[in-house]
Amino acid sequence: MSEKLLEVQDLRVTFPTHRGDIDVVKGISFDLGRERLAIVGESGSGKSMTGRSILRLIRSPGRVTATKLKFDNIDLLDQSEKQMRALRGARISMVMQDPKYSLNPVLTIGEQIGEALRTHQNLPRKQVHDRVIDMLDQVRINDPDRVAKLYPHEVSGGMGQRIMIAMMLIPEPDLLIADEPTSALDVSVQAQVLDLIDGLIQQKGMGLIIISHDLNLVANYADRVLVMNAGEIVEECDASALKDAQHPYTKGLLAAVPRIDETREELPTLDRSQWDAT
Amino acid sequence: MLAYFAKRIGMMVVTLFLIITLTFFLMHAIPGGPFTSEKMLAPEIEEALNAKYGLNDPLWVQYLNYLKGIITLDLGPSFKYPGIRVNDLILDGLPVTAKTGFLALLCVAALGIPLGILAALNQNKWQDTAVMMLATVGVAIPSYVVATVALYIFALQLNLVPTFGLDDWRGYILPVAALSGFWLSFIARLSRSSLLEVLGQDYIVTAKAKGLHPLSILFKHGLRNALIPIVTVLGPVVANLLTGSFVIEQIFALPGIGRHFVLSISNRDYTTIMGITIFYAAFLMVMILIVDILYMLLDPRIKLADRNK
Repeated sequence: MSEKLLEVQDLRVTFPTHRGDIDVVKGISFDLGRERLAIVGESGSGKSMTGRSILRLIRSPGRVTATKLKFDNIDLLDQSEKQMRALRGARISMVMQDPKYSLNPVLTIGEQIGEALRTHQNLPRKQVHDRVIDMLDQVRINDPDRVAKLYPHEVSGGMGQRIMIAMMLIPEPDLLIADEPTSALDVSVQAQVLDLIDGLIQQKGMGLIIISHDLNLVANYADRVLVMNAGEIVEECDASALKDAQHPYTKGLLAAVPRIDETREELPTLDRSQWDAT
Repeated sequence: MLAYFAKRIGMMVVTLFLIITLTFFLMHAIPGGPFTSEKMLAPEIEEALNAKYGLNDPLWVQYLNYLKGIITLDLGPSFKYPGIRVNDLILDGLPVTAKTGFLALLCVAALGIPLGILAALNQNKWQDTAVMMLATVGVAIPSYVVATVALYIFALQLNLVPTFGLDDWRGYILPVAALSGFWLSFIARLSRSSLLEVLGQDYIVTAKAKGLHPLSILFKHGLRNALIPIVTVLGPVVANLLTGSFVIEQIFALPGIGRHFVLSISNRDYTTIMGITIFYAAFLMVMILIVDILYMLLDPRIKLADRNK
């Protein structure tokens, strides 16, 4: 953690409703170096909103506020929309959840991957093509020349997610936000995809925020873990220290995970009364 | 691919044959004939006319004779306009109908789609409200009302456009406006909802996360997907507009084929009814085929031909 890649202080994401404004992210703070940070929580805990707010991709009427939201000493909240576009994809990228919906059905895979590169760097067509093929090769796709010409519906989910990763890594960003990168995939493919992200991150020395609902899966691929619940960070610890977690929510989540040598008749469910003040 | 088109064209021929057969027998089921009218003709004359046009033959003989004509693309003589063949009737009316129809189509596509985009991009703002209000009015008010009121205001009171005829370009304004009003409104609404749906998709967030320019997101990622349902509707719209509207042609006294079609039914002008029906049906089927081809170009998920076969 020599340099701070991302500094977040009192980050809030607010949506206006008929009953007044509702904070879905309630003033969270964390720092990130060139390391791997996992944000874990159940659905609705605000983890995806946190990821998207860093790229300022919250759709209006949602609002993002923070006392500090700095990426590489650039104040993200101070940037114009044009300046943000120069950052998105180029320096901060985001891998989205489900490749089936996150890839444009009417454009070829090669076109969609190349687009990210062409947007940020002015390269001749031939060179873009070579980089695309090379990138597909790096995400371990066989026969990249053929795959580049395919459409998203012609590839499997696991391949789709690797294509998504290729698309987001090709401009060589400094920070990758992976929003549930494996939740749409088969268990057998999940580890493959995470290994792939991990390998590329380490090799390129990038920062990673991995957002997931799967505590154990993510703990293996992160240095630090943030546990979120109802828009707040309830636990922050090193990934290796996860089993010593203090907060009852984290403990409850961990207890609910089935073990290979399971002896319990019934898995425990979360007892929310322990922390739910609201 | 070639096999697919051969199959499609074969199916079109079968469909057309069914339409011809159905129309032929339904038409003959209407009481009366082309030569029965209020001004009673002398029975001998009517008899002679019926004999001349073969209307005394058994129905199936008439049917076979008609089919024989169709195969040589001969739609037969008109019963109501002596000496004029139905082929010529259609060819005479078609330029007028097609020209107004084509202009109306241009209005629908060139105004309807951009208005829909404008509304979608300004969802719930005043531009959206204005477009949607106009579109609702356009869908709700029948074209003949628009035509008559417009004729009264712009032609009679303000004298800006001629009341009838297509002698100069101003003559086209009102018929084209009346003809395109409904579909323009319809397409504007459809474009708006289609684009809004597409812009809410995850791949649009992906495109934003890549840092693409908003125009690139709109045109390359948004519109191409949003156009798919619009193209579906445009096929029949093209057929509808290019074949003309009886009401509009009547109000503006345009010598198109829409007029002939309705008049031919009340006149029992058998050959004209058949001729125009066949022409409309064939035209519609060709338009649908074109829509299917466009589909394939727009959406790679749609395959017209079975790849495996």
